[in-house]
Amino acid sequence: MSRHLMKGNEAIVKSAILAGCRGFYGYPITPASEITEAAAALMPQVGGVFLQAESEVAAINMLYGAASAGVRAMTASSGPGISLMQEGISYMAGAELPCVIADITRGGPGLGNIASEQSDYHQVVKGGGHGNYRTLVLAPHSVQEMADLTVLAFELADRYRNPVVLLADGFMGQMMEPVEFPEVATEPRLPRWAVAGTDASRGNVITSMHLDTDKLEAHVRQLEAKYFITEQREARAEDWRTEDAEIVLVGYGIVARILKAVAAEARAAGLPVGVLRPITLYPFPTLHFQRLTARARAFLVVEMSNGQLVGDVRLALNGARPVEFFSRVGGNAPTHLEVLAEVQDLARRHLAGAPAEEELIVHV
Amino acid sequence: MSSEPEVTWEIASSKPASFYSTYERKDELQHATHYCPGCGHGIIHKMLAQAIDELSIQDRTVLISPVGCSVFAYYYFDVGNVQAAHGRAPAVATAVKRSRPGSIVISYQGDGDLSAIGSAEILHAANRGEPITVIFVNNAIYSMTGGQMAPTTLLGQTSTTSPRGRSAAHEGYPLHVSELLATLEAPVYIERVGLGDNKQVAQAARAVRRALENQVRGLGFSLVEILSPCPTIWKMSPVESQRWVRDVMEKTFPLGVLRDHTQAAQSEAVPIPPPPLSMIPGIVGVADAGLPAEMTGDADVPALDLQVRVAGFGGQGVLLLGEVLAEAGLDAGLEVSWLPSYGPEMRSGTSNCHVRLSREPIDSPLVTHPDVLVAMNEPSLRKFCSTVHPGGWILYNGEASPEDCDCRGVHVLARPFTQIANNLGDARAANMVMLGALLEIAGNLPQSSVDSALGRLVRNPKWLALDETALVCGRRLMREARAEVSHAG
Ligand SMILES: Cc1ncc(C[n+]2csc(CCOP(=O)(O)OP(=O)(O)O)c2C)c(N)n1
Ligand code: SF4
Repeated sequence: MSRHLMKGNEAIVKSAILAGCRGFYGYPITPASEITEAAAALMPQVGGVFLQAESEVAAINMLYGAASAGVRAMTASSGPGISLMQEGISYMAGAELPCVIADITRGGPGLGNIASEQSDYHQVVKGGGHGNYRTLVLAPHSVQEMADLTVLAFELADRYRNPVVLLADGFMGQMMEPVEFPEVATEPRLPRWAVAGTDASRGNVITSMHLDTDKLEAHVRQLEAKYFITEQREARAEDWRTEDAEIVLVGYGIVARILKAVAAEARAAGLPVGVLRPITLYPFPTLHFQRLTARARAFLVVEMSNGQLVGDVRLALNGARPVEFFSRVGGNAPTHLEVLAEVQDLARRHLAGAPAEEELIVHV
Repeated sequence: MSSEPEVTWEIASSKPASFYSTYERKDELQHATHYCPGCGHGIIHKMLAQAIDELSIQDRTVLISPVGCSVFAYYYFDVGNVQAAHGRAPAVATAVKRSRPGSIVISYQGDGDLSAIGSAEILHAANRGEPITVIFVNNAIYSMTGGQMAPTTLLGQTSTTSPRGRSAAHEGYPLHVSELLATLEAPVYIERVGLGDNKQVAQAARAVRRALENQVRGLGFSLVEILSPCPTIWKMSPVESQRWVRDVMEKTFPLGVLRDHTQAAQSEAVPIPPPPLSMIPGIVGVADAGLPAEMTGDADVPALDLQVRVAGFGGQGVLLLGEVLAEAGLDAGLEVSWLPSYGPEMRSGTSNCHVRLSREPIDSPLVTHPDVLVAMNEPSLRKFCSTVHPGGWILYNGEASPEDCDCRGVHVLARPFTQIANNLGDARAANMVMLGALLEIAGNLPQSSVDSALGRLVRNPKWLALDETALVCGRRLMREARAEVSHAG
């Protein structure tokens, strides 16, 4: 297998096509536009459909159509565009349609800026659209993972018949690293529930509507059961030198990369520091967190958003250990030095021999 | 939606085959539709089902139902069914049709759905000439939600949200969507018909059939607007409401063909079959012809751990310099990362990137303390000079670094690289002269790797030759500078 140097955004499209994606409907937005551009170049060459929609509202509804017709399809956008897609995402979750949405996050709120943030966490991980639904959310932290998690995203989307979001900060989309791709492409397959304009699929219907209250309740319960299964089976996280860690750093995407550098420096200075990196943001890897409380005295959550991930970490730990928080926003990335200073401060307060039981949750 | 009518009303004495015999998706009263007596939707459903039967396209048909009173169309039509969000049916239809070009796709929409919330989707689907059929049911009101104003509500017409009657000054004029769409070049067929009397109904049925037939023949975008009675919301009897269509609505929305390009229209080209699966990796450019994943042995991988920051004006080739370095590192079997600054900084005309090369996996691709800073202009030097690792290098594109720049503890090679490049043939090769100097510092990186990186990234032979010369020149400048230092030292 050979390695190719490319941007995360480009890797997503190549990986998607190898995974059998044959539909891309999108609307340009920095820092996600390379995805749309690469799809424009490649989709027609592989017998797929590329279409630039008139808006993100239309784009997500085109995904709804493509998915209804049984095609593996995707779109890509960022903050404001994802906001416009929320209606369609809710419809797709309701109609149980698979699709993959790449959110290459920029700065907000409003027009914000086009530099890298992680401030779409809430609108992506917690929903954003109406109704009782969830999206599965994968958070790559390297260009290789931009490719690999795209494949996983399509698999999960099909397995659970649900939208899956690849949530990546702008850096992930823009940076180049070596990537390896699978040597064989996946054959696109027509799901049996699709409406494909054929005799065999004539009896199928795609709808999110259940007028009868009991029927809608049953439908929502069935969705819940599905999400519960994903929570049991699909939660993923990377443990990085956490075996003996007393301080655990938590972050995803580019932040996780910075945290690894911080942990390496902290360890060189004799501090037992590790990194826990959620790979799935929903389902949240709760067990991974709970497992670490045997050794860990404190957790430090670092985000490029104003306290969005930290809420899930606190829920996962449920008060078992103090959870502290550090963030940079506006498009600034935390430097390893400023995080290191936080870690040293944390170590002074939590590793001085005080028994963990006596500690309180510190809200910063 | 109106409440369930007490007297159930059959829309047809003989049911078309494209209707289900019993409506099992309905919760109750499975032999009747939910439409009120005299409702235009029921009549239109029947003509649509008959046209589907006549054209023998039941198996291929996909009906997109909207949000509005006809949201339940999928209860009745025995075809492939997709229910869409309010106004979005043309977007959904677009993708179904493009995904399955052999299918016959019908976007069935009310006037609120199509002309208000979905005005963008219908306009663009029509403008792209999507080869679909749109059935546009205009009853001048939002019926399902109980009678609010629509863009098509007539002047003076009262509704629950225009209780004093629609006025042009306050709510604007009734929107003539079909006329608007007829100004576009792509649509092949647009006709407005009515359900005002039997003659009109017969004409409407013909128009619906034509609009479908156009799709079967692959001609292009067809839309039929149907002025349609809503006795319940209009608070009229079925007979009165039919008359109102004919005597009142028609004055605002004249019937007739607004576009007919079916004669001139060409049938759609037959789609090209997709390439075999085995060709896909090659087409997306990741077939196994790239760089070796593993070197023959660790010993072959150069011992190198380099953190570089490159900065300058946009257009100076800052990003390319970094990319050649990263690509060369990859070629040599190293781990590499390249991270550009993008966004607002690019707009202000500056550009910079972070490059790392290492034998070990790279943790953070962000370079805060570079071993080498390549400063292609003075602002970049000022911004980053104090971040350079002690003992590291600054390569500066200028005669000498300004006196007030703190470059203590680091080596500096300041040369007018732009001018040097200009003398070589083009000032724009300054980035490659500076890369040459940098490569001399990263001495372990094999020249063969640099050559193959440059070959992959610079396709124009003229530029390739110039860049190679520039690299040699840069290397020489660095060697000379080092020799001077050691002589002086
Ligand atoms: C986003 C959204 N906004 C509002 C509604 C409420 N709504 C349902 S149907 C409808 C209007 C339907 O009117 P029309 O398209 O004219 O169809 P008719 O019922 O007259 O056949 C509205 C506003 C909705 N379902 N979704
Ligand atoms: S459009 Fe009017 S007549 Fe038809 S079902 Fe709706 S409320 Fe009844």
